[in-house]
Amino acid sequence: MIKNISNLGDAALYCDFGNEVNKTTNIKVIKYFKKIKELKIKGINNLTPSYNKLIISFDLNLINFSEVKKKIEDINISENNLKQDQKIIEIPTCCDDEFALDIERLSSKLKLTKKEILEKYLNKEYFCYMTGFIAGMPFLGDIDKHIRLERLETPRIKVPKGAVGITEQFTNIYTFESPGGWNILGKTPIKIFNESNEKQPTLINPGDKVLFYEINKKEFIKLNEK
Amino acid sequence: MKNNKIIVLRDGINSTFQDLGRNNFYHIGLPFSGAMDKRNYLIANKLVGNKYNEAVIEFAYQGPLIKIEDGNINFAISGDIKFNIKKNGKLINGNCYKNYNLSKNDEVDIISTNNSVYGYFAVSGGFDLKQNFGSFSTHVRSKVGANNGIKIQKDDKFFIKDFRDKHANKSLKYMNSKIEYIRILKGTNFDYFFEQSIKEFTSKEFLVTKLSDRMGMRLQGPKIKNLKETNIRSEGLIKGVIQVPADGNPIIMLSDHGTIGGYPKIGVVISADYDRLVQTPPGKKIKFELIELKEAEKLYKLYQMETENLLSQI
Repeated sequence: MIKNISNLGDAALYCDFGNEVNKTTNIKVIKYFKKIKELKIKGINNLTPSYNKLIISFDLNLINFSEVKKKIEDINISENNLKQDQKIIEIPTCCDDEFALDIERLSSKLKLTKKEILEKYLNKEYFCYMTGFIAGMPFLGDIDKHIRLERLETPRIKVPKGAVGITEQFTNIYTFESPGGWNILGKTPIKIFNESNEKQPTLINPGDKVLFYEINKKEFIKLNEK
Repeated sequence: MKNNKIIVLRDGINSTFQDLGRNNFYHIGLPFSGAMDKRNYLIANKLVGNKYNEAVIEFAYQGPLIKIEDGNINFAISGDIKFNIKKNGKLINGNCYKNYNLSKNDEVDIISTNNSVYGYFAVSGGFDLKQNFGSFSTHVRSKVGANNGIKIQKDDKFFIKDFRDKHANKSLKYMNSKIEYIRILKGTNFDYFFEQSIKEFTSKEFLVTKLSDRMGMRLQGPKIKNLKETNIRSEGLIKGVIQVPADGNPIIMLSDHGTIGGYPKIGVVISADYDRLVQTPPGKKIKFELIELKEAEKLYKLYQMETENLLSQI
């Protein structure tokens, strides 16, 4: 299922699953990720799954590229479906103008009203392709074809924590205040990354299903206090 | 025994607790972190008789001014550092790679790094801190690690777990290497760039700019021209990866890098040269040399042997 394995530097494997970015390819990446994690291969110290790649980092004091490559090539992954938690993670989102920083840009570029954009975006089931960049940030997809737009030409220096954004076929949540260029259409008051819960710090993980639903400002404030 | 305590009178520029780094959390967005210059980190711990993964204070350019508030400590500083010690009211010039005993009201003033970036302050017995996600290493951006995931601040107080002065009078003769060429391997998008640009990348000098920190090192030199695409699908990164965004100025990912990135990767710094790379201060120039994987692996073995040899001399 891995199309090609090469080295990324002297202490990591670069596993390429093909050029396409879709759920089928990504599920293969997630399956490998879960399997390798389970195997606890000595020397492997980090795994980074993304849309269509998996990077396997290792400790050069314990193992080297050709040894890790061999071990990965020997892994058998069943073609069965990914065991998915049937539960849908529901994310309350306030889309009032003060939080929907780019709704006007989206509206004029997409030639849709604010209401139409939100109708196409909210209450749909999205798939989590990967988490990362900043701690716990989920990359979800795929959003409705009619509301896809490229990133801001000049990224914001500070996107607020909790901001919900879209770009191309994806949607994400800024788990920390961070620079970023996604089109922001709302804000969630809930904690997506909880550093005090070491066993399960991330609310959303690769392979999960996620849905955004709208809340008003009053509900936002109430949830934000928790 | 928890009566050995220090107080931070001046915090320094970027003082954080670091250890050997954090494994197994790239997939949720937590980078490796850890001491930038691993060899100097290990030496500092060995000089004070600590385990190799004990937390130390890492500082950049200027370190903290520390006063012993209670009890005694035994400490050592590694790197290329200018520092003073105030003992019983007397001022002494400090030497790196040597340990010292201090008592209540004595001070250590870590003035500056000489022509380098990072230094390490280790105390015998180690600081009394809590691990977070399996490591003491502080990652400020995600507020993870010892000291609640934040930089060390003025007026912070820290306890020492277990003071022992039996480690006193240890020292090491060591000179930090100043060679400014960095060996690299081809990146996964090496063929995204014009041949002329690749030639320049591996032969011309690049300036280390001020926009460099624990996350990354931004370089300036001949513009690296892209012939395919200036963006790739976001994918994982590791420390040492050299990304080239659309403006043609390379950025090297360092220990606190974002775990995912979308710029083409022209190269990756070899593990054996990482310590030396991170110690290159802004304003200096570096040169890249392209080598093969087998050679990089050999050079790492050599680096490791050298490190072990140094540690065995302490």
